[in-house]
Amino acid sequence: MPSLEYYIVLSTILFCIGVWGVLRSRNAIVVFMAIELMLNAVNLSLVAFASHMKGILANIIQNIPADKIPDLIQTSTASGQVYAILVMTVAAAEAAVGLAIIISIYRMKDSVNVDDINIMKW
Amino acid sequence: MIPFVILAVLAIFGAVMVVTRKSPVASAVYLVMVMVILAGLFVLLGAYFLAAFQIIVYAGAIMVLFLFVIMLLNLRKDEFGRDPRVLQKYLGFSFAVLIMIQSVIIVGWAVKDRSGEGQSVAIESLEKTSDAERNEYLSVESVAETLFTRFAYPFEITSVLLLAAILGAVVIARRRSVTNDEEDV
Repeated sequence: MPSLEYYIVLSTILFCIGVWGVLRSRNAIVVFMAIELMLNAVNLSLVAFASHMKGILANIIQNIPADKIPDLIQTSTASGQVYAILVMTVAAAEAAVGLAIIISIYRMKDSVNVDDINIMKW
Repeated sequence: MIPFVILAVLAIFGAVMVVTRKSPVASAVYLVMVMVILAGLFVLLGAYFLAAFQIIVYAGAIMVLFLFVIMLLNLRKDEFGRDPRVLQKYLGFSFAVLIMIQSVIIVGWAVKDRSGEGQSVAIESLEKTSDAERNEYLSVESVAETLFTRFAYPFEITSVLLLAAILGAVVIARRRSVTNDEEDV
């Protein structure tokens, strides 16, 4: 099994490709897809930390009674996955609202090019 | 290690394709590929429930929504794939590379700093965690128990968030001319 650093570095690379996509593309839908990519990269790092939680706790926490340690590991390992589930839910809500906004803007401007969308500019 | 390397290379390839394709449909299909590969990485990490969730929610629901919207908008050819401006292209790329270098350095420093003995956190974790133990803690039972006891309140709040998102999407995407007609009458 590859160690934690590999997963974190992969997650960082995917996140930065997402940043690149947001900065580069002019199509609002592709910008949204790049944001989804960034959310996925964060999820990967959360799950990687959750999966390696036992070892991380073993290094960080010294003075914990031995009988409490399994419970602690169980809670923190599952917590990482629960966070990932919540991130996915928020991403679904965000995609629904964001795409509705894109449809609404397309009706008004007849374009999804981010350069044309400047109605909030003062 | 070999499955991880294959999946990682494919994921990075797919992500670059998502960003660089001209047609949004091609981007969406590559994004589905990246999400399925990430589900594979979750399986490698032992998080089977999340892998299934990833495929059902992301590759299933969210990407179908994206493709629906792309089809619905019926973009013109020039709208479909205008090239990014030169400045935007190169500045965007260099900023992304800069952020990547910075984050890799920070991550490397953070992982190294914790060890103290010159041995990284991850290497020690590898030695101390047996696969059977890890899989037990990552199991569906364990996740469900935590989700419905410790995180019951955030879980319930999530349903309110989803309700708000549904209402918001319906209100925002509603045809504006309908309301105008009502005002005229």
